[in-house]
Amino acid sequence: MSRVTLLALQVLVAIVCIVLWQLLSTVPVFGKILLPPFFFSNPVDVFEQIVKWFVSGVIWKHLWITLVESILAFVIGSLGGVLIGFWFARQPLVAAVFDPYVKMVNALPRVVLAPIFALWLGLGIWSKVALGVTLVFFIVFFNVYQGVKEVSRTVLDNGRMLGMSEGQLMRHVYWPSALSWMFSSLHTSVGFAVVGAVVGEYLGSAAGLGYLIQQAEGVFDVAGVFAGMFVLSAFVILIDFGVTLVERRLLVWRPTVDGRG
Amino acid sequence: MTTPTAVALEDAKVAFRLGDGRLYTAVEKAHLAVAQGEFVAIVGPTGCGKSTLLNVAAGLLKPAAGSVKIFDRPLAGLNRDAGYLFQADALFPWKTALDNVAIGLEIKGTPRSEALPQAQKWLTSVGLGAFANRYPHMLSGGQRKRVALAQVLIRDPKILLMDEPFGPLDAQTRQVMGNLLLDLWNADRKAVLFVTHDLEEAIALADRVVIMSAGPSSRIIGDWRVQLARPRDIFEVRMDRDFHALHREIWSVLKDEVMKGYAQSTHAAEAV
Repeated sequence: MSRVTLLALQVLVAIVCIVLWQLLSTVPVFGKILLPPFFFSNPVDVFEQIVKWFVSGVIWKHLWITLVESILAFVIGSLGGVLIGFWFARQPLVAAVFDPYVKMVNALPRVVLAPIFALWLGLGIWSKVALGVTLVFFIVFFNVYQGVKEVSRTVLDNGRMLGMSEGQLMRHVYWPSALSWMFSSLHTSVGFAVVGAVVGEYLGSAAGLGYLIQQAEGVFDVAGVFAGMFVLSAFVILIDFGVTLVERRLLVWRPTVDGRG
Repeated sequence: MTTPTAVALEDAKVAFRLGDGRLYTAVEKAHLAVAQGEFVAIVGPTGCGKSTLLNVAAGLLKPAAGSVKIFDRPLAGLNRDAGYLFQADALFPWKTALDNVAIGLEIKGTPRSEALPQAQKWLTSVGLGAFANRYPHMLSGGQRKRVALAQVLIRDPKILLMDEPFGPLDAQTRQVMGNLLLDLWNADRKAVLFVTHDLEEAIALADRVVIMSAGPSSRIIGDWRVQLARPRDIFEVRMDRDFHALHREIWSVLKDEVMKGYAQSTHAAEAV
């Protein structure tokens, strides 16, 4: 199938959905509106809301806040995950001692931490960053841990026979291997950074996309909720596209870039 | 022998502790000497411990008894005089062919600006001059072996240890690689210890062919000198009358071991 046909079909799906939504929420079928506007709004209103946000410029501030929170969560979580994952993989004793606790914390639904973070760090961006960090950290941590553990025995022996010292093995063998595993989970971890930020905002904040949705919901403004959701999806798709570009550049040595975590 | 002995295994015994605590003796009292400039091939049935023996010479494994001497000095730790060519892919997948070769020098502290042109030269001499910027996954199996060969040779090791290096390749590529190896080896005649299960390959390449018995507790049970003239062409040498005579002679010994090894491995599989 050519790219143009594919794109046309993809657009067609969106059009059909939107048209159906518009019809079912405005035109009565057998005297009954199937999608009551109070619960489902309609595409025109949602679109108007989005346009209003962008025209008035309100949205930029919220987007910016969510973006900053996501980036901070991603950077801090990844850094922690890489360092600790590396440390655990190289020190089996440490890994064994902490193993049950790591599993315990990871098993915890992160949402329950949000109130604690809000309590500790206030309603500003840092409580959201903290929530994102707890999500991102574990993904990166497990991947890096795996990456260091699963360095091919032969490649390692080859490094040794070529005369590499422990430090050189670290730099030329363990490190690239760990990073490649981290990058292969890039989509997932970036996604979770955004999730952490938005959920945190939703549960208590004064700015951000999550806040915007929560506010709209608070006054039963369904069009606002949908508008917030659409802006959020577009935002995530844009970020995901950026990640794909970065990934292509960094994992050029990989047989296939199938890094969908 | 006037030339110094590059690798000397004296009554080397190699044993592993199995999962259930039993001691498994892979190689029993191996006695093997490789002179400087000599190309020795070790042939034996599957699972006879020939790779184990090579790892002992490399210092990757410690013998349970006996000694390993490299240029008459006891080996402690890894064998720093040896280059090792692995059977499996051992290139660094995140480095280009050029960087994979250059790393051999960079480890020793050679600045990158000097290492790169030399690496390019070695890539050219293994016939991959135009593939410098390819990553290993973009190369064929044979090409990867060429890069691996360049990676080992750029360090100019005095001893070359090769563990069925051409094993995963198809028959034609193996012969091409064998000829390439002989050409490169001819230039400065390093001591080579070459492990293979392919007797024809062993005779075609080596000065001496050593046969090991089927494992466990395998021993060296035969040692033949190959008198074929050098330089050799692997394609041609296989047509030689002497080649066939020697092949027949060695095969008569090896055959029994191969059958024994095969019986054991099927037996072991049934026991599991």
